[in-house]
Amino acid sequence: MAGPEIKAPAFREFPTIPALQPGSMAGSKSYVANEKIQEALGFPGKLDDDWQVTHDKAIAKMGDLLGKYRGLKVFMDSCVHCGACTDKCHYFIGTGDPKNMPVARQDLMRSVYRRYFTLPGKFFPSLVGAKDLTKEVLDDWYTYYWQCSECRRCSLFCPYGIDTAEVTMAGREILDHVGYGQKYSNEIIGKVHRIGNNLGLPGPALENTLEGLEEDVKEETGVDVKYPLDVHGAEVLLVTPSADFFAEPHIESLIGYGKVFHAAGISWTLSTKASEAGNFGMFIGNYDQMRKIALRIREAALELGVKRIVVGECGHAWRAAYAFWNTLTGIGAGGNDPFAIELQKQLDPNYKQPAHICEVTWDLIQQGRLKFDKSLNDHRIITFHDSCNVARASRMGDLPGGQFDIPRNIIKAVANHYVEMEASTIREKTFCCGGGGGVLTDELIDLRVKGALPRMEALKQIADHDGVNFMATICAICKAQFTKVLPYYGFNMRLVGGVHQLVSTAIKLGDEK
Amino acid sequence: MTAATYFFAILFYAASALLVVGLIYKIADFARTPAPLLIPTTPAPTTTAGVVFRMFREVALFESLFKSNLWIWAFGWMFHMGLLLVLARHLRYFTEPVWTWVALIQPFGLYAGFAMGAGLAGLWARRFLVERIRYISTPSDHLMLALLLGIAATGLLMKFVMHTDIVAVKSFFLGLMRFEIQPLPEHPGLYIHLALVALLMIVFPISKLLHAPGIFFSPTRNQADNPREARHIAAWAAELDGK
Repeated sequence: MAGPEIKAPAFREFPTIPALQPGSMAGSKSYVANEKIQEALGFPGKLDDDWQVTHDKAIAKMGDLLGKYRGLKVFMDSCVHCGACTDKCHYFIGTGDPKNMPVARQDLMRSVYRRYFTLPGKFFPSLVGAKDLTKEVLDDWYTYYWQCSECRRCSLFCPYGIDTAEVTMAGREILDHVGYGQKYSNEIIGKVHRIGNNLGLPGPALENTLEGLEEDVKEETGVDVKYPLDVHGAEVLLVTPSADFFAEPHIESLIGYGKVFHAAGISWTLSTKASEAGNFGMFIGNYDQMRKIALRIREAALELGVKRIVVGECGHAWRAAYAFWNTLTGIGAGGNDPFAIELQKQLDPNYKQPAHICEVTWDLIQQGRLKFDKSLNDHRIITFHDSCNVARASRMGDLPGGQFDIPRNIIKAVANHYVEMEASTIREKTFCCGGGGGVLTDELIDLRVKGALPRMEALKQIADHDGVNFMATICAICKAQFTKVLPYYGFNMRLVGGVHQLVSTAIKLGDEK
Repeated sequence: MTAATYFFAILFYAASALLVVGLIYKIADFARTPAPLLIPTTPAPTTTAGVVFRMFREVALFESLFKSNLWIWAFGWMFHMGLLLVLARHLRYFTEPVWTWVALIQPFGLYAGFAMGAGLAGLWARRFLVERIRYISTPSDHLMLALLLGIAATGLLMKFVMHTDIVAVKSFFLGLMRFEIQPLPEHPGLYIHLALVALLMIVFPISKLLHAPGIFFSPTRNQADNPREARHIAAWAAELDGK
């Protein structure tokens, strides 16, 4: 389905809310995982031939999740259909498909919840919009729960804080448990377990890449900046999305991280075992997978004996690291159980654990330990795209909102020209790039292009008005998604890059000849 | 003593029991269900005091709704605050002597009845006029508004058009509270008003009205943002650490 017919929607003269176009995205369905992919994760390989079996399994799993996740239960019960969220989703804005309105996406599950788990739904289903779980309903779940990027923009605006991401995760978890998984995400999770990272880069390839990087940096700067791998006793373990190892523009930020550690004189290492910060277990809402994937970082940290754990530029990985690692793996502080203490006594309590690379860089800048030649970034007029998981599901620094200020402070410290996008599209109100949460796959390109509309509109405004030619972001998925969709909107694909790409350009390494 | 008196006496005992038992069951269910992961919508307060303040703003001012949609906020807030004052005003039917603050708010409670009705009418109009909200509305969404509007309308009717013997109404309810049946005035407006109120009490714990206790248990709003400082772990998840 990817091909010449995919077109970007026209920019809206005013950001009006689109009229409903029912079913407009019903055909946009991501590929279903095959049996091999499913079974590698311990899920059933395919839907049971007997619908009743699938039906019963799905309802049982739903009951299980309702008992394990308070959020899901409260969210199922609390929605009053007020409509506040209806115009907040970038996929709805870009597609007009009413099932991409957050409340309608939730109602795909809520209607089934009401039918099987509430009295009015059992006795008066049509009155309360309750529905039997049929194959058609399950297909709708698959289609539309894989048209959600779990960006949580709707949860910001809901008067009860109902988070569609949690509903989407539960929907995907149920789908996986009846043998109806998504190929893209589940294949990647398999790769993490088998090889160590999402992109399937084996250790030797990683080593080669990093050696090549050292040569490139040496050639460019004349300085021996090291990109170490599996160094025991290093102070910092850097865990970064595997896209940073070879994708453009991601690798430019990896170069930047290395330069920061070099200039500050901090010993650091990457790890073959933990060569992936991303955690697609979160996308599929599976606690066990999320935990298993996160445990690789714990094991690597214990083996290498590092004192600090730092995470590279990746949105959902930062959410997993910041909000979930302490719970899942004990990477953090304040643990009082043997499992957590084993690791936490090794980590240096003077630093936040884990820390974001932006927190590290900003601390060093404030301490005066990094020097920059800002004019080296003068060819760039820069804006910053807040990535959803960083903006609405995590923090940096000590104060709420640090996740917005710290990356901007870094940009302003390393470059002279900075322009902000329209206020209703930045900080916690930021729009998703259109590719997050497990939809960054080619067969969903139509959805991805349309979902990028609100961000592209805000960018277009300042590109025309202020000549902005660089959109910095701190997420591997944002970078990959924008690289792909920017051309559909008439922009250069190289307009997107990382914050540490800007750092890399301007930093003085201290030992230049 | 009319048959209606006995009917409403039994109805209110039953409705009160269902409301209390239903709400206790649901609240206990919300409270018992673990929240295994920290998922506050950030930026979020980092302390419990901050969370209390955030929750206060949500409950008293509808902060998130205000940021989201001014029309829904205006109608919704008007309705809820109106309802709150009207409920407070009705405390005079259940207290003897009437508490001073209840006596003091009586004049305001009167206007609140109109605010409540206007808010409900605005919310209902949106269900017809706004395509997106029309799409998501179920019959029960309309019926709930009809129910509340019916309560407001019959209440205002009795205040301004067809008066009823409110002294007798009060003695009926004070009687119920002492398990004594006192005669209820024969008045069709009053019958409809009371029947609708009892219906509202009955459906409260099994309908979307659960948003009222629900907000207090919503993890995106009631969790402090401190995952790096304290280890947050649910009992079922803690078991995995030993494996």
